[in-house]
Amino acid sequence: MSEKSVIDLIDQQAGLNPRITALREKGREAFLKSGLPQNKEEEFRHTPITRLLQKNLSMEPKANKLAALSPEEIRIDGLDAYQVVFINGIYAPALSSLPTGSDIVVTPLADAVDGGNETALEHLGKYADPQVDGFVAWNTAAWTNGVFIHAKRNAIVDKPIYLVYWHNTESAEVVSVIRNLIVVETNAQLEVFERYGSTGNANHFSNHVTEALVHANGGLDLYTLQNDNGNRYQYAFTRVHQEPSSRVNTYAFTFAGKLVRNTLQLALDGQGIESHMFGLYLLSGDTIADNHTVVDHRQPNSFSNEIYKGILDDNSKGVFNGKIYVRPQAQKTNAFQANRNILMSDSATVNTKPQLEIWADDVKCSHGCTTGQLDEEAIFYLQARGIDKDTAKAMMLFAFAIEILDNIKNTGLRHHVEAIIRERLHQ
Amino acid sequence: MLSIKNLQASIGDKQILNGINLEVKAGEVHAIMGPNGSGKSTLASVLAGREDYEVTSGEVEFRGKNLLEMAPEERAREGVFLAFQYPVEIPGVSTINFMKTALNQVLVARGHQTLDAVSFLKLMKEKMKLVDIDQSLLNRSLNEGFSGGEKKRNEIFQMAMLEPRLAILDETDSGLDIDALKIVANGVNKLRSSSNATIVVTHYQRLLDYIVPDFVHVLYKGKIVKSGTKELALELEAKGYDWIKDEVAV
Repeated sequence: MSEKSVIDLIDQQAGLNPRITALREKGREAFLKSGLPQNKEEEFRHTPITRLLQKNLSMEPKANKLAALSPEEIRIDGLDAYQVVFINGIYAPALSSLPTGSDIVVTPLADAVDGGNETALEHLGKYADPQVDGFVAWNTAAWTNGVFIHAKRNAIVDKPIYLVYWHNTESAEVVSVIRNLIVVETNAQLEVFERYGSTGNANHFSNHVTEALVHANGGLDLYTLQNDNGNRYQYAFTRVHQEPSSRVNTYAFTFAGKLVRNTLQLALDGQGIESHMFGLYLLSGDTIADNHTVVDHRQPNSFSNEIYKGILDDNSKGVFNGKIYVRPQAQKTNAFQANRNILMSDSATVNTKPQLEIWADDVKCSHGCTTGQLDEEAIFYLQARGIDKDTAKAMMLFAFAIEILDNIKNTGLRHHVEAIIRERLHQ
Repeated sequence: MLSIKNLQASIGDKQILNGINLEVKAGEVHAIMGPNGSGKSTLASVLAGREDYEVTSGEVEFRGKNLLEMAPEERAREGVFLAFQYPVEIPGVSTINFMKTALNQVLVARGHQTLDAVSFLKLMKEKMKLVDIDQSLLNRSLNEGFSGGEKKRNEIFQMAMLEPRLAILDETDSGLDIDALKIVANGVNKLRSSSNATIVVTHYQRLLDYIVPDFVHVLYKGKIVKSGTKELALELEAKGYDWIKDEVAV
């Protein structure tokens, strides 16, 4: 993959969705200026994403094709949800089930834009700045589809929205560019669950940008499950803009993939906001998982809490960068952050970096990061009660990981994620 | 039941046990006393299989088997139980879940069937009474945020659940007020029988008022320098350890 091939892809998309030609052009310009992020850039210092993409994907510009996918493959027992499926970046209506009520709109973003949906057109591109990096620029210029979710005023959406991003790489490598827009109106409440998966052995890449706006007193729970056991490289940028008294909970579960780069940014633009960011990465093989997060406290009296935990085995590599900004007027802010890692092998590594920039003087902020091995004394204690060493280790790892799940409200989802963790940790 | 012959052990370059000899028979209670740094806790740890220590010489037979060849969990399954001086806190693992896993592994190793949830709870409730421990405590993360007394009671509760043949109590009285001490001692006494044995490792004689030993051994510089009956403990309490040191020096 080269920058030239990305520009070819961008030019292919240029005429599509005429209502947003200006936005695409803005993305194109930003990409021409920035190119793909290089290793020397601070935000990508530990994650050689551009180098790996150039090495592992040819990316000849060609149209993606909708491939077959068994509904069984993506079904989750105990999860009753609306469903939106994208295969190779293309909307798959046969596998999707959209809500029909009047208080919620769930539709492919291209349809919303082409149909002139005013809310979609008003907010698209407003929160994700194409100048953030080359991937957001590329995405802005060349997204093919994605989902538009609009929870209207006072809507309590009865079921979660389950988004599936599937790649079929059996015949060729796949590159998809997905754009999502979520708008939660005043007092509305919404749960969104994203899942990545694939069939086939070829290398593939996905570039996702999700923008969300949560109006006053609205609630959004956003779950992301990155458990693609194929050769997926992925970039996911999520930016959430929060208005007063809104509540946002994000959960990032990264369990597999070749390379995962998540950028998650919350802008807390009001008082009385509560935000929780949870992350759990269980890495093995040569997986690289990079979580860059930003919490931007712009107004007084809001609360944010972030906890990311990781268990790293084999040659896997983890990166955590957590920024907290507290602006001068954001007095009485409470902002907490923790990143905890357990290394299971000598060749697994973690780079963790908290970054707090606080301009207000009456705030409570804390951060902490730890990286270590399992506590030998605790293992001995369990063994001394008759538990074999492997089980003792598995019990401790499971206990370490499961804490993140305590906060999941949806039981079907919780059981699904818990089952994956149990299997991975032999519990 | 337990036969220790010329046991020597070291940690790093430092030799701590310098040839211990001890015979413990079923039904007996042995107290191991001694000044700080004499090797009491090392002896307890070596018997339980803590890997930090290297056994450089000697033999330990437990019910005719070579104890030193066994992994810590195998020793536990054979019936060795160490009540820790400093019980470990393990966040996220509840005592109940931990005990269920432990007991089932021990039962299978001893050729029994595992317990179903109902039988396990019944057994647990029975054993909880022994040490006056509340179920809400056992639902919590193992030892996390427990007081000193709660941790020690939890140790004895675990001992009651696993029904060991040989219980080693490592400084179980340290950090306990007299009421907690009585509860813990009472639990231990109720578990005593003609078929099991107890080794009480302690610095102070106080615990031995409540768990009365058949034999008292004084450990000094990694060796048992004096053995006697419970009267020896009283003498140590009255005179301190200095006279032992003087006696050994001569």
